[in-house]
Amino acid sequence: MLKTRIIPCLDVKDGRVVKGVQFLELRDAGDPVEAAKAYDAAGADELCFLDITASHEDRGTLLDVVSRTAEACFMPLTVGGGIRTLADIRTLLLAGADKVSINTAAVKDPDFVAAGAVKFGSQCIVVAIDAKRTSAPGEPASWQIFTHGGRTPTGIDAIEFARKMAALGAGELLVTSMDRDGMRSGYDLALTRAIADAVSIPVIASGGVGGLDDLVAGVREGGASAVLAASIFHFGQHTVREAKLHMAAAGLSMRLDEMEARR
Amino acid sequence: MSTQTVAIIDYGSGNLHSAAKAFERAAHEAGLDGTRIALTSDPDIVASADRVVLPGVGAYADCRRGLDAVPGMVEAMTHAAKERGRPFLGICVGMQLLATRGLEYEVTPGLGWIPGDVAPIRPSDPDLKVPHMGWNTLQADRDQALLDGIPTGENGLHAYFVHSYALNAEDPVDVVARSSYGGPVTALVARDNVAGTQFHPEKSQRLGLALIANFLRWKP
Repeated sequence: MLKTRIIPCLDVKDGRVVKGVQFLELRDAGDPVEAAKAYDAAGADELCFLDITASHEDRGTLLDVVSRTAEACFMPLTVGGGIRTLADIRTLLLAGADKVSINTAAVKDPDFVAAGAVKFGSQCIVVAIDAKRTSAPGEPASWQIFTHGGRTPTGIDAIEFARKMAALGAGELLVTSMDRDGMRSGYDLALTRAIADAVSIPVIASGGVGGLDDLVAGVREGGASAVLAASIFHFGQHTVREAKLHMAAAGLSMRLDEMEARR
Repeated sequence: MSTQTVAIIDYGSGNLHSAAKAFERAAHEAGLDGTRIALTSDPDIVASADRVVLPGVGAYADCRRGLDAVPGMVEAMTHAAKERGRPFLGICVGMQLLATRGLEYEVTPGLGWIPGDVAPIRPSDPDLKVPHMGWNTLQADRDQALLDGIPTGENGLHAYFVHSYALNAEDPVDVVARSSYGGPVTALVARDNVAGTQFHPEKSQRLGLALIANFLRWKP
């Protein structure tokens, strides 16, 4: 049976993890490669690096991080942030990424998603959808796409955009609620569910996890195939192991291979 | 210590960096330190290699075109696998290329080493997403050297899949293991010295490294 995936996401800036990471086994808390190894050992199902480096010139640092991670972790690795051209995708894939997450470029030029899917296969094209609720309380729910870290509204309906991205060849959608991001009040389940119901490709829930029950709800109520979280893992609130056992106890099918190997 | 060269065919498809690293790690962990991993687009190296790996990601027709674009590569692979009987492993689309033909977008001839068609997955449950993406267990139909020591079944280890098409083998004997995703999905095929995995062993952590080590020791 296919298992629900847990994907820890690391924000990387100038080759370092930006948010603090508190693993006991980590020697250098700021090194993304060390963090990736720890998540790998803890049984994470995939990893996601989000490059928030301001300048494009520092891209080499990220590539080095990706390359060193791919040498040590034999699990799928998604890299996002600032991907604008087919050459950007190719460079990341050659460095060792398995998938790329495309955000602003997909909004500006939807055909870029199609070009990426044709060139590299849908399996490696993840479209990151950042959405904010725009309906007033009591109105039928609707969400709009925002770019540039949630600052720039586009006027594009999130559900329509999701359908379009799937039709253009995206292999997966990473759906982040900008209202919930960092709020620790749980995913926007209505948003996740609306998009999961609208497309036939897998949806990753993201933005707002405050506790382990939120991960369960992302799958149960949100209809997500995978759950992404950052803060609850980085700050040592929960381990990936705890998250998997909690989700399994709630009746979800989880992969427990690595954990059983270490008992 | 015996030495061997493993040729991983570079024809512009896929993430070969991580594939090569996984083979190096598996060889090291299995104590096969005389194993040399050659990431190559040179047909001569492929033709004379001790073992050959054909990776592949993307669309079937694209992969086939990429392979054909390297002069002499299909002949070199055929020489190694069919005339010299060298162990051969196809991964993902590399495995699908072992089939008679692919039906993705257009009908594309495969190598025909494992008779069958590569057709869209159609899960019986319409709620199941396509691509089949993520970690799934394997159900073994028979014993095969590549699965030695690897726990299969619902409580077994997991393999990482990402695909929308699957190989439907004409002869069920060629199917070693299946996965369940709204019906059976071919996961591992083998005939004589030729094998293929629909999943990505290079991305499948423990199961993957164990299967690669088995391939590196395989004496079909």
